[in-house]
Amino acid sequence: MGATQLPSTEFDGSEADDQLEARAEAVLGDPDVPMVQLLGPDGTLGTDPVFSEYAARLDAGKLRGFYADMAKIRRFDVEATALQRQGQLALWVPLTGQEAAQIGSGRASQPQDYLFPTYREHGVALTRNVDLAELLRQFRGVSNGGWNPKDTNFHLYTLVLAAQTPHAVGYAMGIQRDQKLAEASAAAGDSAAGPQDPKAAVMVYFGDGASSEGDVHESMVFAASYNAPVVFFCQNNHWAISVPTAVQTRIPLSNRAKGYGFPGIRVDGNDVVAVHAVTEWALEHAREGKGPVLIEAFTYRVGAHTTADDPTKYRGSEEEARWRAKDPLERLEKYLRAEGLADDAFFEQVKTDGDELAAYVRRTTHDLETPDIRTAFANTYAEAHPLVAEELAWFEEYSAGFADEAGSLPVTAEQAEADKAASR
Amino acid sequence: MTTMTIAKAINEGLRATLSNNPRSLLMGEDIGPLGGVYRVTDGLIAEFGADRVVDTPLAESGIIGTAIGLALRGYLPVCEIQFDGFVFPGFNQITTQLAKMHSRSNGNLTVPVVIRIPYGGGIGSIEHHSESPEALFAHTAGLRIITPSNPHDAYWMIQQAVDCLDPVIVFEPKRRYWLKGEVDTDSPGESADPFKAHVLRAGTDATVVAYGPLVPVALAAAGAAAEDGHSVEVIDLRSISPIDFDTVTASVRKTGRLIVAHEAPTFGGIGGEIAARVSERAFHSLEAPVIRVGGFHMPYPVAKVEEDYLPDIDRILEALERALAY
Repeated sequence: MGATQLPSTEFDGSEADDQLEARAEAVLGDPDVPMVQLLGPDGTLGTDPVFSEYAARLDAGKLRGFYADMAKIRRFDVEATALQRQGQLALWVPLTGQEAAQIGSGRASQPQDYLFPTYREHGVALTRNVDLAELLRQFRGVSNGGWNPKDTNFHLYTLVLAAQTPHAVGYAMGIQRDQKLAEASAAAGDSAAGPQDPKAAVMVYFGDGASSEGDVHESMVFAASYNAPVVFFCQNNHWAISVPTAVQTRIPLSNRAKGYGFPGIRVDGNDVVAVHAVTEWALEHAREGKGPVLIEAFTYRVGAHTTADDPTKYRGSEEEARWRAKDPLERLEKYLRAEGLADDAFFEQVKTDGDELAAYVRRTTHDLETPDIRTAFANTYAEAHPLVAEELAWFEEYSAGFADEAGSLPVTAEQAEADKAASR
Repeated sequence: MTTMTIAKAINEGLRATLSNNPRSLLMGEDIGPLGGVYRVTDGLIAEFGADRVVDTPLAESGIIGTAIGLALRGYLPVCEIQFDGFVFPGFNQITTQLAKMHSRSNGNLTVPVVIRIPYGGGIGSIEHHSESPEALFAHTAGLRIITPSNPHDAYWMIQQAVDCLDPVIVFEPKRRYWLKGEVDTDSPGESADPFKAHVLRAGTDATVVAYGPLVPVALAAAGAAAEDGHSVEVIDLRSISPIDFDTVTASVRKTGRLIVAHEAPTFGGIGGEIAARVSERAFHSLEAPVIRVGGFHMPYPVAKVEEDYLPDIDRILEALERALAY
């Protein structure tokens, strides 16, 4: 396919390299680098020799669903940012601008697939039915996780950059072995073996900054060596906090796949139709045993890295304005309206739903209970541990000394167990 | 009872694990047809196939990281790190991911990964091949660390590590791989709990705590001390995290003197932790300060001088003399 045949380098060694800004511009905006795009910024639907076929599977309901998801998560983002500003969250990691990359890819996954996010994939979390209030636990400081990944096949956020990428490959290696065990069991005529599980794949998210981490390299080597069913989904949002992509790479990130021996595709990350099509293809490719795929979703972090960041110190407003003109929601709205697939009532309803979600999140965030430190004692190890038991016993005795004081901690083991159960 | 070396005992323990649990698998560099640089996995790939004895790319972070992913999918990976000094490319995965996953998930996820690390010196090798980094891992909550000193423990400990729901690092005393001993493959007997220390020799005048490669040295020192009329109790710690402080403290209450010996540098080491805990628990039983015998505060020295670095019988006896002088 055309998209995998990218040039090996887009630099010619000229003085263009001298200026970081010029390099950034070259990597970020070179129109010659092939990029899968179906829905352009003007809201018109183009064609692609491979991916139009995937886009054709999308009916009006699905397209409206994409829009509703993107609007919902953007509204959520606004609400979470406000909650941080009001001191209700310690930190927030905004996703605005990356809605298409996240909703498009997340909606392309199947329930049996397992997804490993980094820490900005709130949109993907929405597609995996994670309760968005639970997602805020971590940012409110009441959990280092917040949801049970087994419920949704959406892993916990990982804050050490790229550390989740080998986990994804290992998980995919497990899927390979599960399939072999199931096949062996079926071949042996094991009547106890039920119908085979649907084929599954893994998708792992990381960013342009994390692409420099050694774990990404090692993961891609492992994935290639074992032909693991994993899709590497890189959201190139152009900024690793304050450092532009040009410092991380001198070639389009999707080109790196070639070095590992599997397909790499750059897709317009602000085009939800293209992202969905490419991801659907990649996941099918992986599930069918054809090996890993790297997707580079070319997008932009419109807001700050986190609420502790100040983008005015490192990038110009013209650049932001240029990317705002490529807004993923606006282009889909234009398309839906032009094609008569959605009317004012639909968009009004989307807005109402978003406000309801925001109200729910605001209400629930206030109610997120502070856990007891005993849950931390209880969850350090899965099996009994004498040092933990000893320190907990000391803590119980110590805190019992404050029993008469207001706001003291619960002191019974039953209460600690109940807290632990409640935190799950 | 069968007589075998520690290396063979681990090999047999791994074979038993692979036979008993279809979801267990081995991963590491050169562990397939070669059988590992110490041949600990010798013959296993032929018996269990390449899906269960996995020769990995040469990337320690990748080995530990993919093992975590396999564990999340319900597998029981046993990773071999080729040498102690080469674990550090995987240190991030071990300390920030493996150790914390259960806690991070509020107890919902378990990652029963086992990491085998041949450790310690005395083999006349080049840099990074003779280190004892156990304290760096013991400091990290969420990990368990055990180290066998004899073939029977080696056979059972590797299987117990796989059975444990928590991540376990098994430090294998590489210079003792060829140490022979009796193994009861039918029953672990007194080795049923891998996290419990063993009193190997009873005594009344002083206690020497050692683990892994220094256990035979401590026993020899106790033998030599006996000839001088000193009755020395020897404890094989077996587990470095958690530490069986009950057994150590009970011994010190009896003997009043404690020496802790390990190859790792004493500064910030396991000996310091034991000294502190014992002084908290049994201060009034102590007749002398707890004395540590261990490596110096330097990178592991070159092979030609490692004999001056490694604690030996005389270093333990010298410490014993100091303790008895109080």
